[in-house]
Amino acid sequence: MISVQNVTHRYGSRTALAGVTFRVSKGEIFGLLGPNGGGKSTLFRILSTMMLPSEGRTVIDGLDVDRDAAEVRRRIGVVFQSQSLDKQLTVAENLRSQGSLHGMSGSRLAARMEQVMERLRIADRRNDLVDSLSGGLRRRTEIAKGLLHSPRVLLMDEASTGLDPRARHELWTFVEELRTREGVTILLTTHLLDEAGRCDRLALLHEGHIVTEGSPAEMRARIGGDVVVLESADTATLGGNIEARFGVRPKVVDGTVRVEIPNGHRFIADLFEAFPGTIDSVSLHKPTLEDLFIRETGAVCT
Amino acid sequence: MSFWLPVIALWKRELVRFWRQKSRILGVVASPLVFWLLIGSGFGDMGLFFPGSLVLTVMFSAIFSTITIIEDRREGFLLSMLVSPASRTSLVLGKVFGSATLAWIQGMIFLAFAPLAGVKAGAAGLLGAAASIFLIAFTLAGLGFLIAWKMNSTQGFHAVMNLALLPMWMVSGAIFPVAKAQVWVKWVMLANPLTYSLALLRGQLTPEAAAGSPPTQVSIGLTVLFGVVLLVASAKLANRKSTASAA
Ligand SMILES: Nc1ncnc2c1ncn2[C@@H]1O[C@H](COP(=O)(O)OP(=O)(O)OP(=O)(O)O)[C@@H](O)[C@H]1O
Ligand SMILES: [Mg+2]
Repeated sequence: MISVQNVTHRYGSRTALAGVTFRVSKGEIFGLLGPNGGGKSTLFRILSTMMLPSEGRTVIDGLDVDRDAAEVRRRIGVVFQSQSLDKQLTVAENLRSQGSLHGMSGSRLAARMEQVMERLRIADRRNDLVDSLSGGLRRRTEIAKGLLHSPRVLLMDEASTGLDPRARHELWTFVEELRTREGVTILLTTHLLDEAGRCDRLALLHEGHIVTEGSPAEMRARIGGDVVVLESADTATLGGNIEARFGVRPKVVDGTVRVEIPNGHRFIADLFEAFPGTIDSVSLHKPTLEDLFIRETGAVCT
Repeated sequence: MSFWLPVIALWKRELVRFWRQKSRILGVVASPLVFWLLIGSGFGDMGLFFPGSLVLTVMFSAIFSTITIIEDRREGFLLSMLVSPASRTSLVLGKVFGSATLAWIQGMIFLAFAPLAGVKAGAAGLLGAAASIFLIAFTLAGLGFLIAWKMNSTQGFHAVMNLALLPMWMVSGAIFPVAKAQVWVKWVMLANPLTYSLALLRGQLTPEAAAGSPPTQVSIGLTVLFGVVLLVASAKLANRKSTASAA
């Protein structure tokens, strides 16, 4: 349904995307994960026809995004990371103008507006100016707007940012429903690992490269064994010592030393024997998406 | 996909937004009004400077309305227009028609002061003036769009206003007639779209003072021509694809 082929994009001399390739099948929820500046929004701009890539090709629903931009625009619904509402119009006026831009009018538009406003619980705020809405309500209006014309492909760039837990939960229920009931294909970006865990497939975009890709389970399995996290007054030295002594490659991240290792419990016992008194705390867990994120990007997910 | 549905929606949006910030009307009509009252009283001839001040009103209004495209871009609304399947040409038309309508309304408010100027035009003259004001507004809105599309700050636009548009207005015959200008200034004046806008209004409102300015048919023809050229250029510009983000 979506095919990104060797896409490179440069802003002046800065390379934001470096040969990105992946595919999303019909009815799939595909998540793009990555640290700030990883290139997610850049990819979005390209997929949403806002910008041509410096190199490479993108295809949505069999249509070339560059050549058939107009046809592609008919099929995609886009929720941008940045705001795209007219603040001086009301919620309903924003939706109505969006409908007109998509060739909808009359009772069809009215009925669909009711539907999405109900769905996103903004129906009671329909006559409020967007300017007077809270951030979360604006976000919901943005999402309602992106869904209004019943797109076949939904592109959401950090759509859930600023939503309270209930609204976020509802959004996900809705997204999963759209996928199962209407076969909508969904490409989204997120920083939230619990959201990433709900995607069918994930790709981790770091410094313009896809560093790893697969289902959440596959990705977790990519880290063998256990993850051991140590705290110490001097993490750098501890990390160096562990590497010298055990031949593993610890990562020093955010004031902790992290080691991926099979049989973590045994490793912990060995550690305390080898470096008595230098370890302040220790914890062990099964690999999570966060571990993968940290391993691949060296950053802590926010 | 209907071509006109988005045009009408965007046109309506301009009107609604304008209605919600009524202070804009005052700002645009007030300064040409003050200018006219001062200079007209100074010269002791209110009628002489009335058409020129009216052109100034319409110019301010059309230009300030189209520069809202810069705000649309900054605030993100332009994004939703650009990723919609609506043709870019219909987006341009919606914006230009919307701005032209606003400029026309403000021009009509200014026109209401015509009796004070001693304008003795009859119903036909006033009707002609109303139609001329729309034509002028439309042309200037096209010009505004063309300038504003590539800009990312309103400051830049103000520079253009001061360095290009105001001088353009000054050599339109609003202050001194074409006939009295030096040869090279005359050529500049004849190449200036505003000269024909002004001639058009003089012809309708104060025909007695229109001697020496271009004839009405020529003015209509050239104003329409300028309008169409500017609109086509705007549509071409908005349709351009780029590796830089469109919004
Ligand atoms: N318009 C622009 N001009 C120049 N550089 C840009 C522009 N937009 C993005 N960049 C740069 O491109 C890189 C990728 O940015 P992008 O916005 O795609 O990241 P992102 O993954 O969406 O980040 P975030 O999680 O913060 O939203 C960054 O280094 C950014 O500074
Ligand atoms: Mg982003």
